[in-house]
Amino acid sequence: MEHDTIAAISTGMTPSGIGIVRVSGPKAIEAADRIYRPKDKKKKLADQPSHTVHYGYIEEKGEILDEVLITLFRAPRSFTAEDTVEINCHGGVYALKRVLEAVLDQGVRPADPGEFTKRAFLNGRIDLSRAEAVMDVIQSQNEYALKSSVGQLRGSVYKKIEALRKKIVFQIAKIEASLDDPEHLGLEGYGSVLLPVVKEIKEEIGRLIHSSEDGRIFKEGIRTVILGKPNVGKSSLLNLLAGEERAIVTEIAGTTRDVLEETVSLGGITLQVLDTAGIRDTADKIEKIGVERAKEKARDADLILYVVDGTLPFSREDREILESLQEKRIILLLNKSDLEQKVGEEALKEITHGKYPVFSVSAKENTGMDLLEEEIKHLFFQGELTFNNQVYITNARQKRLLGEAAESLDKVMESIEMDMPEDFYSIDLTGAYESLGKIIGEASGEDVINEIFGSFCMGK
Amino acid sequence: MSKVEEWIDAAVIGAGHAGCEAALACARLGMNTVLFTVSVDSIALMPCNPNIGGSSKGHLVREVDALGGEMGKVIDRTFIQSKMLNQSKGPAVHSLRAQADKAEYSRAMRQVLESEKNLHIRQMEVTELLTEEGRITGVKTYSGAVYHCKACILCTGTYLKARCIYGEVSSDTGPNGLQAANYLTDSLKSLGIRMYRFKTGTPARIDRKSIDFSKMEEQKGDERVVPFSFTTDPESVQIPQVSCWLTYTNEETHRIIRDNIDRSPLYSGMIKGTGPRYCPSIEDKVMKFADKNRHQVFLEPEGLYTNEMYVGGMSSSLPEDVQIAMYRTVPGLEHAQIVRNAYAIEYDCIDARQLYPSLEFKEIQGLFSAGQFNGSSGYEEAAAQGLIAGINAARKIQGKEPLILDRSQAYIGVLIDDLVTKENHEPYRMMTSRAEYRLLLRQDNADLRLTKIGYEVGLISQERYEKLLKKEETIQREIERAEHTHISGKKEVQEFLEKKNSTPLKSAVTLAELIRRPELSYEETAPIDPQRPQISREEGEQVNITIKYQGYLERQKIQVEQFKKIEKKKIPENFDYDQVPSLRIEARQKLKEYRPLSLGQASRIAGVSPADISVLLVFLKSAGAKN
Repeated sequence: MEHDTIAAISTGMTPSGIGIVRVSGPKAIEAADRIYRPKDKKKKLADQPSHTVHYGYIEEKGEILDEVLITLFRAPRSFTAEDTVEINCHGGVYALKRVLEAVLDQGVRPADPGEFTKRAFLNGRIDLSRAEAVMDVIQSQNEYALKSSVGQLRGSVYKKIEALRKKIVFQIAKIEASLDDPEHLGLEGYGSVLLPVVKEIKEEIGRLIHSSEDGRIFKEGIRTVILGKPNVGKSSLLNLLAGEERAIVTEIAGTTRDVLEETVSLGGITLQVLDTAGIRDTADKIEKIGVERAKEKARDADLILYVVDGTLPFSREDREILESLQEKRIILLLNKSDLEQKVGEEALKEITHGKYPVFSVSAKENTGMDLLEEEIKHLFFQGELTFNNQVYITNARQKRLLGEAAESLDKVMESIEMDMPEDFYSIDLTGAYESLGKIIGEASGEDVINEIFGSFCMGK
Repeated sequence: MSKVEEWIDAAVIGAGHAGCEAALACARLGMNTVLFTVSVDSIALMPCNPNIGGSSKGHLVREVDALGGEMGKVIDRTFIQSKMLNQSKGPAVHSLRAQADKAEYSRAMRQVLESEKNLHIRQMEVTELLTEEGRITGVKTYSGAVYHCKACILCTGTYLKARCIYGEVSSDTGPNGLQAANYLTDSLKSLGIRMYRFKTGTPARIDRKSIDFSKMEEQKGDERVVPFSFTTDPESVQIPQVSCWLTYTNEETHRIIRDNIDRSPLYSGMIKGTGPRYCPSIEDKVMKFADKNRHQVFLEPEGLYTNEMYVGGMSSSLPEDVQIAMYRTVPGLEHAQIVRNAYAIEYDCIDARQLYPSLEFKEIQGLFSAGQFNGSSGYEEAAAQGLIAGINAARKIQGKEPLILDRSQAYIGVLIDDLVTKENHEPYRMMTSRAEYRLLLRQDNADLRLTKIGYEVGLISQERYEKLLKKEETIQREIERAEHTHISGKKEVQEFLEKKNSTPLKSAVTLAELIRRPELSYEETAPIDPQRPQISREEGEQVNITIKYQGYLERQKIQVEQFKKIEKKKIPENFDYDQVPSLRIEARQKLKEYRPLSLGQASRIAGVSPADISVLLVFLKSAGAKN
């Protein structure tokens, strides 16, 4: 069969995190063997018969990612009629995702929407009379993937990729314009001009790969900072989330002098929670450092839980702090709802011009947490897409494409260092440009030509 | 009154660069062919720049030659200067460009046409196409004569409803004041063909004796000239060459243009056609790139027996008085005498997406078209399409499958695929950045890529084909020898490497490994390779490129394989897209409109997504199984 090998998480993902990574194609078994360590050093999958189940670990670079059961299907006796390996993972959402990534690192490509079904059909596993249904699956999964992909790409990532593409296409156009009109535009010494530019773009892509917000959110959790004036109940909230007495809770304002950190699971979402010293003007030196650090942490946060004491009026200080945190995702938590309230949810919404979601919670009584959980899911996973496998697979695809772009740029640098002629540079620059384009759903089309004519005066 | 009535195989309308190749191909493939032109004296006319080739266009000429076309042979006999462009770059972008003696080129091509036994040249304007049931049956001329034919190729260039303009002056003529073709457009429209109106332009011609060349930089041809045609003996083109001259516009030139910009028909709105961005008028350059304080101007001779010099870089449609003032600000042109004014020209052409990649109209069987009529520009683009249209018209008559070159085979494939698949808003020019597999589509290997196809089509002789096979074999054998020849670190080898600034050998390496070093090449390593057989310069070049760039070439070959997979999946000509319910509406509309012939072509249509392609694939598979 001429197909390459593909993989995807092929079960809906529940917070319980039991799910299957399906790998299909001629290299499926080989790829799985490279990361699979059978329990008790039994035979490799390659030596096992079809329709058998195996117990062991998925391991990459010496690290055990998950304890798994692997079901082996040999062609043509599988859903796709190709060699297929199904890895049943148990270690939760995060482990599932890392297993998929480990598979993809073995030269396996993320499956396109509906691709398993498509292969099953093309290989004669699905009755011809069901062609229509197959086509519907492809089209609807594609639309879904597009939606989730666009949804995931926050404005900032989108803009960054666009900016990188702009830089790249300018360099391509410069080379191409000169090739088309060599008597007009020279390229002397261009390699040494291009090299630092390519390096910089590559570093940017590297940062995107590592810190790609969604990737990191899954990997490390949503970086959440609890903020608020002293003694509004921040530490109690942390304790509540963490489920243990981590922060010292007293009624004396300013007890938390530094930043406390905790990894918390809230309904399957991982939060990296930082409790901070309450922000206020203070003369206490140690506390002052704490306040500074709180502000700093807030700047790097994905999410800010701003805690307001419901028994006290909303102050000018609160307003100032919130205003200093523009462009951050903020949820206002009206704490101490078990006590008599000076300011209600509605009032708080009005005061802040409806800019932030507001929830009443009682850290002491443990109420309001379920609503908070829903809101976080909504903010970060667009509600309905939460724990849908398409989110993971688009993530994987995006990461892969970023990796491909970086690889192309490596080749450009290699060509420059090897002193190849300039026309070789633009070939791999174009590769990088196209990979980035696929992430944001842009075909390259006439971009280069347009850039040539837009930026360079050409022609006779 | 009785009218003339004749029965022929193929009618070619227009005798420019597309028409000439089309008529020759048809006639040589055994078709009784008539070539219509409004002026026999203007056959193979070069109404704009006096050169053939240039970046990526040189590739087209070589490909035309490898397939059995004529342009390369004719320019080899009539060039007066030749240059290989981009020699400091990689082999993929080396490109040949020759200055032509225009009158000689035209004369030489006319002679070739006249000596072709199945070809008859007729000076007459064709005014109407005759069709029956969606099939071409004949053409009608201005005189009322009817030529019944089985195929017709439209190569009307810039002549359809042509209008030439400069300043407030406009005349309804074709280029150079030649008679326009004013009737055919209406006949085409009545057949349901969608027309566009494009524009292009040309600079003034200036009398050589009024030019002060001492203020310009001389531009000489190459010391060793490489011919275009693979059949031309390289020694026969080592002839005395003439020079071109380089000078520049300046702030004063630009001031005059800006002061008079409201008198430019382009800016006053008098011209509505879409102009090409790659050869902007000087007023466009000045207005769009205001920060540039000078632009290049090339003075190029139009031939050996004329004083006229082409002012490359300064095409314009400004009024006559502004043109004179503007040209005279350029150093060396202070006393310039204009022979012919610069002008812009507007003309009718088609939306080429009405064509199959064979260049046959989807709606009218037997009707083909090529050249500027298809919305392209340039002599070379025209010749390439003319050749393919000619071949396919003949094959249509013979009941054979059309010849379609894909994007991985030739620049010609890229050119035609772009024209028939993509939306095109300006005259289309070939550019090397349009060819995604350009490392493989080099001008130096056009013969190796295409001669076999030309032979199978019937335009390449047995002798030429056998020569090609021998060349192929020699190259292959020599590459293998280089991969297996071991060079040890003997004293003379180390000395040789030192002289070439190349690292000395620590242990034996293959000759190929040495060739891959940036500072060495196949040719350079001859002194340390005593076993080297005698092979030609061209064969040596292939050996060198194949070894030196092996890694890059292999990568492109893998990409080509991927490309071919989907390109091979054919869609039936009359496929009903309404049968496929899961196609998105936008994709369905586009597919219905453009009716691509393969899934590959479909995937290049704007508005068709990868999921739509998957859906089509599934549908075609199930439909195929049912039949």
